[in-house]
Amino acid sequence: MTAVPVEVKEPEIEDVVVPDRPWIVIVWNDPINLMSYVTFVFQKLFGYSLEKATKLMLDVHEKGRAVVSSGSREKAELDVFRLHEHGLWATMEHDS
Amino acid sequence: MIRRRVKRSRGGGFDLRIPADERELLRSVGPQLRELLVREASTAQQGEDSAVSRLFPVAYPEDEDRQTEYRLLVHDELLASHLGALAVLEETADSDHLDEDQLQAWMRALNHVRLVLGTRLDVTEEGDERPRSSRDPRAPAFAVYDYLTYLQGDIIEALSV
Repeated sequence: MTAVPVEVKEPEIEDVVVPDRPWIVIVWNDPINLMSYVTFVFQKLFGYSLEKATKLMLDVHEKGRAVVSSGSREKAELDVFRLHEHGLWATMEHDS
Repeated sequence: MIRRRVKRSRGGGFDLRIPADERELLRSVGPQLRELLVREASTAQQGEDSAVSRLFPVAYPEDEDRQTEYRLLVHDELLASHLGALAVLEETADSDHLDEDQLQAWMRALNHVRLVLGTRLDVTEEGDERPRSSRDPRAPAFAVYDYLTYLQGDIIEALSV
């Protein structure tokens, strides 16, 4: 049998993992993808409401780009991949 | 007035009403895109055909090392995904009825064709590049592009209802 240790070592501050700066996924405007298609893809991939998906699509269309998702590098890479599966022009970068 | 080609069916799935000449076009675009994709996969140099590389965008435009790593990791999977959507279009090009997954595969495959064709035709949002005359040698390709755009819009409308 083992006794509960009386002294518990305090975790050192240095051991605490500092969360990475998040990655952001950007969709860029292109002249071929239809506006209705881009809206549909945002809803399908990210579960966004029609309103949110439409706003992001209009940002892409009018401002040339929009941040559509963010998170860990792995999540951002997966989101980029799924956008590329649908032919959207997506890139990722560190949030600044 | 143009009749809708794709409608959500009351019994589930989607009904297609596509005239014979359009079916012929749909049967022909699949193998053409397949050939381009397979050729792209066999060339070592990335970006040899800018129209096809449009289907394999760069994820890390400002980080060459990460981009190389990313491409190694996902390129084959992305190619398989594109070919998978295309296979559904090829297998069901004559169907009168599609389920939702099949129609979404059509949507992706037709969009891939539009991306390749539109890139080759230098399509712009303004439309200045449009041929002014039917004798323009690019006119047939623009006609195909416009038809696919129309059909794509119809598919999205049906899926969104």
